[in-house]
Amino acid sequence: KTGFTLKVSAALKEGRVTPTELCQRCLALIKSTKFLNAYITVAEETALKQAEESEERYRRGQPLGILDGIPIAVKDNFNTAGIETTCASNMLKGYISPYNATVVQKLLDHGAVLLGKTNLDEFAMGSGSTDGVFGPVRNPWSYSKQHKEKSVPKSHSEDEKSGWVITGGSSGGSAAAVSSFTCFAALGSDTGGSTRNPAAHCGVVGLKPTYGLISRHGLIPLVNSMDVPGILTRCVDDAAVLLGSLAGHDPKDSTTIQDDFKPFELPNLTDMSKLSVGIPKEYHAPGLSSEILALWSKAADLFKNAGAKVVEVSLPHTRYSIVCYHVLCTAEVASNMARFDGLEYGHRSDMKDSTESMYAATRREGFNDVVRGRILSGNYFLLKQNYEKYFVKAQKVRRLIANDFVKVFRSGVDILLTPTTLSDAAPYMEFIQEDNRTRSAQDDILTQAANMAGLPAINVPTALSERGLPVGLQFIGRSFQEKQLLTVAKWFEKQVQFPVIQLEEVKRHDSGVFQHQKSAAFS
Amino acid sequence: QKVSVEVLDHLEHLALVDFRDSEGVERLQKAIQFADQLHEVNTDGVEPMDSVLEDRWCLYLREDDVTEGNCTKELLENAREKVEEYFVAPPGNIPLPKLEERETFLQGS
Repeated sequence: KTGFTLKVSAALKEGRVTPTELCQRCLALIKSTKFLNAYITVAEETALKQAEESEERYRRGQPLGILDGIPIAVKDNFNTAGIETTCASNMLKGYISPYNATVVQKLLDHGAVLLGKTNLDEFAMGSGSTDGVFGPVRNPWSYSKQHKEKSVPKSHSEDEKSGWVITGGSSGGSAAAVSSFTCFAALGSDTGGSTRNPAAHCGVVGLKPTYGLISRHGLIPLVNSMDVPGILTRCVDDAAVLLGSLAGHDPKDSTTIQDDFKPFELPNLTDMSKLSVGIPKEYHAPGLSSEILALWSKAADLFKNAGAKVVEVSLPHTRYSIVCYHVLCTAEVASNMARFDGLEYGHRSDMKDSTESMYAATRREGFNDVVRGRILSGNYFLLKQNYEKYFVKAQKVRRLIANDFVKVFRSGVDILLTPTTLSDAAPYMEFIQEDNRTRSAQDDILTQAANMAGLPAINVPTALSERGLPVGLQFIGRSFQEKQLLTVAKWFEKQVQFPVIQLEEVKRHDSGVFQHQKSAAFS
Repeated sequence: QKVSVEVLDHLEHLALVDFRDSEGVERLQKAIQFADQLHEVNTDGVEPMDSVLEDRWCLYLREDDVTEGNCTKELLENAREKVEEYFVAPPGNIPLPKLEERETFLQGS
């Protein structure tokens, strides 16, 4: 058992470090890494209070569990009582949630310390975390020794301004927060890959659970039939710990399954002979970098050499997944964004002529181009004359995509191995050359189908690219078989020994606790 | 192939968001073009899928017991305009001005 949360939890129990010390160090690190723009709101006062309460529980010898006292961050599209929730949009600037999302409440009930809300693309629409009103998030790896060594030296000022790379998105803030050691875990959301994509670019573990396993109550919805809360951590064991505290039926979310969920620990895989790994050939997508292709192939060999059965499989409708998503997503967005009218919460325009003109002005002022674009497209596909042609058609194609997976898993394959992204993180200046929809269509291609079929999927950091930036690989599992998925992911993580990021800022704030994490990677 | 001004106007009415500029209209055109790829797929005899949980999950009804509420104060907290326990809206039943009278980018088209 090498989970970092487990190690820190042990340290807290033994009194080698206190929750308030831990909280203070994380808050200090957040301050010194402010240039990353990972956090929209830092809840300093409440976090310290939570840490004090945790410390009291440890003093009495009654911690609430492994997560008691552990600092975590939450993507700013989850409602957090008393703390601003903005979705990185003008529409919700100043909106103080009156309640906690179920997943937030569960974390707090386990004693976790909520450090703050992380940055994202506006309303989680995007694949770069560049399109929010609070500005883009910078990938911590831009400032790593590993990347700087591989970068072409530029003039100092030029490098400062234009050299940094994106985090990916839309949960970029959460990924950057975990990657830069400012928290032990973070919540993201995943609708088309929004947790796995930034996880891959930031070198962290990104888990998308099965649709229906974790409650969406309080997660401001994008696509109700695909959204899931995502988990970002520095190792697979931690993801299992977080999953254990979050999964299970929620009476407030009728799309959560009623089955009992039992938290689990991950065994160490020794006998690989019973494992069948599928390699979907369609995931060799156009634009896939030769680097990642090579890594994917190397990974397949790793499994083969360990005794697992590795087979090429086919998911024939893969290339339509992104088109299907485009129609279904915009349609659901058109519906979900209708709630923002300025009347009960959020931004309200000064326009007073009529209800409709007030709504129109409010939405005109509150939403950015991307959001408005998706609402308009969605409404187009839902017009009476287009409904069958586009919306229902997309629902039919969705079934074909989901059936592709069913067929493959029925043929004896336990798990699928694919790349997560087409390449390593792009420089910001390059990324913004293309518009949001084009980028999303390109970047979601490898992650989207899992959302379409509702399957669990995880990004595991695998290696550094030639530019010294993280590259991850993705495992897709059977519905509700998170234990198997995470067990295989953990085995793979151990094999690849992904390097720890070397950041100047972290070195300055380093303490015995952080040393634990670094050494744990090599244990 | 291009979307008519009537439809664009209709969409602005339905969505209560504006296209803002030619880029906005172009964005829709491209979105439609992109979506048209769906028609390459043969979906004869395929049922539309509403939810991935269709097999395992029956939408259930619970007992009609009040389990929460009495939170008027919290709910009104985030509204900008309110009077006593009411949200205040500008007068309703007034349709948006027609295309010719509205301030919209589409007027020029």
